[in-house]
Amino acid sequence: MENYLLAMAVFAGCTALMALGLNVIFGLAGMINLGLVGFFAIGAYASALLTVKLHLPLVLAWPAAIFAAAACGVAVALITARLRGDYLAIVTLGFSEVIRLVASNEIWLTNGTDGISAIPAPGRGVLSPLLFNLQFVVIVWIAVGVAALLIARLSAAPFGRVLRAIREDDVIASVAGKRVLRFKLQAFAIGAGLMGLAGALYAHFNAYIAPDSFQPLVTIYVVLALTAGGTGTMRGAVLGAVLVVALTEGTRFLGGVVPGLAPVQIAALREAIIGVVLILVLTYRPGGIIPETSRTHRLETS
Amino acid sequence: MTGDLPQLLINGLLAGTQLAVPAIGFTTIFAVLRFPSFAIASHATIGAYAGYIANVWLGLPAGVALLAAFIVAGLFGVATDEIALRRLRTSGPLTVAIASVALTIVLENLVRFGFGNDQRGYALAVLRDWRVDLGALGMVRIGPQQVQNAGAAAVAMGLLFLFLGFTRTGKMMRAVADNPMLASLKGIDADRVAQLANFIGMGLAGFGGMLVAMDTAVDPLTGFRVMLSIFAAAVVGGLGSIPGAVLGAFVVGVGEEFSIILLDPTYRTAVGFLAILIVLSFRPRGLLGERAI
Repeated sequence: MENYLLAMAVFAGCTALMALGLNVIFGLAGMINLGLVGFFAIGAYASALLTVKLHLPLVLAWPAAIFAAAACGVAVALITARLRGDYLAIVTLGFSEVIRLVASNEIWLTNGTDGISAIPAPGRGVLSPLLFNLQFVVIVWIAVGVAALLIARLSAAPFGRVLRAIREDDVIASVAGKRVLRFKLQAFAIGAGLMGLAGALYAHFNAYIAPDSFQPLVTIYVVLALTAGGTGTMRGAVLGAVLVVALTEGTRFLGGVVPGLAPVQIAALREAIIGVVLILVLTYRPGGIIPETSRTHRLETS
Repeated sequence: MTGDLPQLLINGLLAGTQLAVPAIGFTTIFAVLRFPSFAIASHATIGAYAGYIANVWLGLPAGVALLAAFIVAGLFGVATDEIALRRLRTSGPLTVAIASVALTIVLENLVRFGFGNDQRGYALAVLRDWRVDLGALGMVRIGPQQVQNAGAAAVAMGLLFLFLGFTRTGKMMRAVADNPMLASLKGIDADRVAQLANFIGMGLAGFGGMLVAMDTAVDPLTGFRVMLSIFAAAVVGGLGSIPGAVLGAFVVGVGEEFSIILLDPTYRTAVGFLAILIVLSFRPRGLLGERAI
């Protein structure tokens, strides 16, 4: 049971990292990203391949994973920068599906749908499972803490102010002399980099990744985490991530409560619940549990 | 390889005709409600299952089952919009788009809850391919089922064209798509038109979903598998434009077939994504521009 809870804490940390990344791209800069699982996948595959195939140490593989995801983020942002939000939603979702397609088909590199196994991690097999999990909880949550602090600083700095200005109206931001494209690229790079880091941590903790680990549902988990916690705030993103993992794991015990359900029915119900909760939150609590407080005097337009 | 070109072209045109139906559905909803509805995927799946129930359980012919697919998916579209999405419209199109992703996951899993993950097929007569000799261009094979599907798609599109062009309600819809403010000044009930757009849009998605499932199989992911192609067709042609969706569907349908000359066939579904990127890089509003419904 302790092992299970610790593993959940690791997954919650990975979700929190992604929610923080989405907070930069969507929460601050206002660019929708429905393909964030693609950046998660890039980070996971980059780090896994570098350590398994090239035997790089983790201290090199993890930064490389962040860099790979951030570079892809810049590429996606470059292509989509001129596009309106609705196009961006479609393109980012398409991007993540293409990543999954590549992961399934480039068997020479990714081992296809069989996935990559035996991804190394410090202390695996040496430490007891309990200690190993505990160590990973510490690593992941330190990463979450550092990321949250840095982004909170960025958000309070002029950089964050420009991003919020772009979110509210990018024409006005550019009229004010801000180089909107550069800020959008930077926001996308930071956000995608965090998602890549989450992917790398996930891959090494789980020891196994396959294209099926990177379903669009993961994107919905993270969107739900950020929306439920509070779009635009760091504490909200982290709190939301913990709640989402608690919700997805809590429903795992549904089978014990509702008798007579086949496993596929329980799995279906669990996924459906996530969707229902997201719609409920968007409808009744769009600001989340910790809503973003206005930093400036804003005209109330109702 | 060039000997296959006529064959690929025919396959692509037939596939494009099928794809045009759900693409028109998607673009109609966008034209009236101004958000990209990701729920199009689950409604295509619902249509495929409605057709399956009509065709296999009730023993109705495929043509009647297609009508059932249209009506059931359309009614689901109206109901789910009423329950889940309508109240979010004031929060902006992006919020509704996100909610529609959640909705599609909910509906897909309700289907999975009821029917499981098994792949199912319709009760269709297996027909032999026609072989046509094109002389110097070689032989081409044409599947009668694909031709029937394309015919059904053409009939559906023709009816929609007559409806939008010549009925009062159809003109009302076009008015709202063109200028919602002006339409409301003229006393057009926006809620009624929104419901109608959902019924027609999701109905066409269901119709198209069954066409696709007749070609492949019925399972909870039937709609999701073609979602990217549907988006691609609508975006390539210009979001909100019905002629654009038809043109885009042909571009994507033919492009997906021709891609096997260069790419591994498993990358077929990536072709739609590539088409989106290429078209948006040069014509950010699509080939025919937005809003020509």
